[in-house]
Amino acid sequence: MPFNLLVLACLAYVIFLFSVAFLVERRAGQGQLGWLRSPLVYTLSLSIYCTAWTFYGAVGYAARSGLEFLTIYLGPTLVFIGWWWLLRKLVRIGRRHRVTSIADLISSRFGKSNSLGVVATLMAVVAATPYIALQLQSVVLSFGVFASATPDGFTPPDAAQTAIWVAAGLALFTVIFGTRNLDAKEQHHGIVTAIAVEAVVKLVALVAVGIFVVWGLAGGIGPMLERIDASPLAGWTLQPGRWTGLLFLSGAAVICLPRMFQVMVVENADEGHLSRASWAFPAYMLAMSLFIVPIAVMGLERLPADANPDMFVLTLPLSEGQGALAMLAFLGGFSSATSMVIVEAIALATMVSNHIVMPAWLRLRPAAAMAGDLRGLVLNARRISIAAVMAMGYGYHSLSGGSAALAAIGLIAFVGVAQFLPAMIGGIFWRGATRSGAMAGLLTGFFTWAYALFLPSFGPDAMLPASLLAEGPAGIGWLRPQALFGVEGMDPLIHALFWSLMLNGTAFFVVSVLTFPGPVERLQGAAFVNVFGDQPGSPRRWSEGEAEPEQLLVMAQRLLGEDAAQALFETAARAQGKTETLLPDPTPEFLSELEQRLSGSVGAATAHAMVSQVVGWATVSVEDLMAVASESAQRMEYSAQLEAQREELARTAGALREANEKLTRLSVQKDAFLSQISHELRTPMTSIRAFSEILTEGDLPPEMVARNGRIIHEETKRLTRLLDDLLDLSVLESGKVSLSLGLANLREMIDRAIQAAEQVKPERGFTFHRDLAAENLFLRTDADRLTQVFINLISNARKYCDAASPEIRINVRIRGGRVVVDVIDNGRGIPKEAQSTIFEKFTRLPNEARAKGAGLGLAICREIVANLGGSIAYLPGQGGAAFRVILPLRLERKAA
Amino acid sequence: MRRPRRPMFLGRIPYRRRRLRDAARLLPVFGAFLFILPALWSPPGQGQRLLSGDVVYFFIAWAILVLVAAAFAPGLSAAEDEEEDD
Repeated sequence: MPFNLLVLACLAYVIFLFSVAFLVERRAGQGQLGWLRSPLVYTLSLSIYCTAWTFYGAVGYAARSGLEFLTIYLGPTLVFIGWWWLLRKLVRIGRRHRVTSIADLISSRFGKSNSLGVVATLMAVVAATPYIALQLQSVVLSFGVFASATPDGFTPPDAAQTAIWVAAGLALFTVIFGTRNLDAKEQHHGIVTAIAVEAVVKLVALVAVGIFVVWGLAGGIGPMLERIDASPLAGWTLQPGRWTGLLFLSGAAVICLPRMFQVMVVENADEGHLSRASWAFPAYMLAMSLFIVPIAVMGLERLPADANPDMFVLTLPLSEGQGALAMLAFLGGFSSATSMVIVEAIALATMVSNHIVMPAWLRLRPAAAMAGDLRGLVLNARRISIAAVMAMGYGYHSLSGGSAALAAIGLIAFVGVAQFLPAMIGGIFWRGATRSGAMAGLLTGFFTWAYALFLPSFGPDAMLPASLLAEGPAGIGWLRPQALFGVEGMDPLIHALFWSLMLNGTAFFVVSVLTFPGPVERLQGAAFVNVFGDQPGSPRRWSEGEAEPEQLLVMAQRLLGEDAAQALFETAARAQGKTETLLPDPTPEFLSELEQRLSGSVGAATAHAMVSQVVGWATVSVEDLMAVASESAQRMEYSAQLEAQREELARTAGALREANEKLTRLSVQKDAFLSQISHELRTPMTSIRAFSEILTEGDLPPEMVARNGRIIHEETKRLTRLLDDLLDLSVLESGKVSLSLGLANLREMIDRAIQAAEQVKPERGFTFHRDLAAENLFLRTDADRLTQVFINLISNARKYCDAASPEIRINVRIRGGRVVVDVIDNGRGIPKEAQSTIFEKFTRLPNEARAKGAGLGLAICREIVANLGGSIAYLPGQGGAAFRVILPLRLERKAA
Repeated sequence: MRRPRRPMFLGRIPYRRRRLRDAARLLPVFGAFLFILPALWSPPGQGQRLLSGDVVYFFIAWAILVLVAAAFAPGLSAAEDEEEDD
């Protein structure tokens, strides 16, 4: 294949990416992103995890070490399907605190410490450089493959020259789209979309090659499996230590790699996307790795023994004469390399500009916060950083000679970035983690990694003298880089991973435990660890009144741009209720908000430093913190008191309401009683007056006189009875009744009552059911009064029982020292709604024909029984009207 | 002083949601077990296992994890608004 065609394809592809990124940026500018910010694009952008290392290197890895390459994808799979543990929190923190990079996360968590930011940035740059070199190398190699594999090929281009061209082209692309603007949240829609497109290209390319290999060359799945078993790979054995270590390592790397952090946290548009990516991204990796083993097996089988297994993806189709497929594979590999380099460069450049260039600039020119176009400065810093990162990658590539296997370089970088793990995990889950601890851990881990893995990776005598590798520094055997503390025979990678993380974590923990965090650290620590808890606004960091709002606006305009800054200030001013002016009061809340917005552009530490310059250096002390804490504690206590008072008031109000209802009811009763009593008294009085008038007129027939006299007599008797009852009742109610206590037989009392009641409706024959044996007991009580109660109950039963063959049942029981007497008839009973009022004065059943009584009988009964120390109640559900009288066996004088 | 306490018992739907979260938390542990299992099931170096068998095993286990995670994801993201996490 002609070289020109290859270059043309690359250029066409890059132009295509350019236009995608450009169009998306333009749509983003118009605010119409729509599906471009969907979970799908998010998931695809995560696929920059699969770099050229995956695309080319995984096959080589499989050819050399069997299934071990799977660990690189299985580890991240575990992290993603376990997103509820870690990633969710990471993304939430990233969004809430406007984190711009992993170095910013660590710096921000540990009190916006710039020194930590610098250390983390340097570590990330050092660890990423070999990785970028790896991408350049893979592109260079793939060019070389095309040069040598085809008969009509071109002379292989100079590898170094190719690498320079690739690096420069990528730098240009990254600068153009990665530093277009200083987005408040550091998001790059164009680039993310371009990366998503590249993700599709590389997946399609790899799957296409895989399908060609399995169905085109091997002849289907069954034969393929047989070939796998027959291949040299089948001799592979799983080394448990290395296997587990790599699983862990890749899981850690997927969180800690700067570019992964960039797409996963910083470019995250919506936290909901993460839940989709939690399974979709593992699925993507599954698809990417599905055909790795078949390609490796077929490559080993069909290609000459000296062929580079890292290039099987290209050389296999080429040797089979599938030029178009090889071209597609080439573009896939190109995509993998470019997307990784672009994002990595952006992530690293953001770190470098925010944590190294800007702070240095502010330090050198303290007035800079107030003068000059800072946006331009930041962007230029970033552009230069991108170029520098690329240059370093290229430098590493030419220095290392591009000989090492791809997988080995990738793993070295993985162990390097894994050093962020303790500080990061500790920082977001443990409030006790301190800045000194993080610093100690990072430095320890970093130096252990460099000493035990990174520097030896250049080979003996390249960076470390061979004698040091063999015998240790100054002959100290237990400090040999690849056998620290005398641990020999361990796989060098696992050895370095184990020791670096072990020492890192230990230093982090021990120093954290021993040191005391500063106030801002403690605030940030609480805000990060409790990111899901309810946060009482952002913690107060600024004291009021020292800043000129105008100066703040000037500074914000330089970072955010005039429109954005003015909009921010105006919103804040409106929120404070100021309608006239653009400038809000510099309240602590506003200052915190402003700082947070600025930190989205330049990182937390720099933003903090810049606001400090205008406001005056923040002087938050532990005492201030305690004051804030005790203030809120007081507030909570106060509100608890208010709560208690409120409950008490509610209780009192309830009691008052009840009392009022009772009084109202009593008043109604009293009125009813008065009207009732006057009615009861007036009826006989009216007839007495009428008949006596007739009598006074004289000359009446004697029988008429006798009849009238009888009526008057009857009415007078009724009146007297009524007055007696009333008098009786009032005496009983007042409790001043005099009882004549004595022993009396219950059966005799009931006998008397039945006899006395016989004159009521004597025409009706009642059947009595009694248990004479049970009734035969002696009570100490007032026999006359009690008999009166029984008379009342029995005559009521006689009066109202409407059964055809009326019966009255009298049950007597002794229960708990008290006598229970039930009087039950077999009539209709008393309707439910009347049951509660029958014991009230002047109550008659509503549908009764006007009976003789005044409705005082049961009221009197109740008062008598109460005076006798007992109770009377209506007993529902007995098949008729039923009353239960409960009396003490022995009534003491006192109770009377 | 007194802070608003969370209810001790939940309704059916929040209860389901909590259990779903528990399951989602356990899934990576289960996955780790599946992925480390081949290190245990036959002494390395004997060459008794067929490589193709291992390949099939890994991809099937992987696919199962992806499917289960996909089944969990909608319920988890819906539950995200009301926060607490433990």
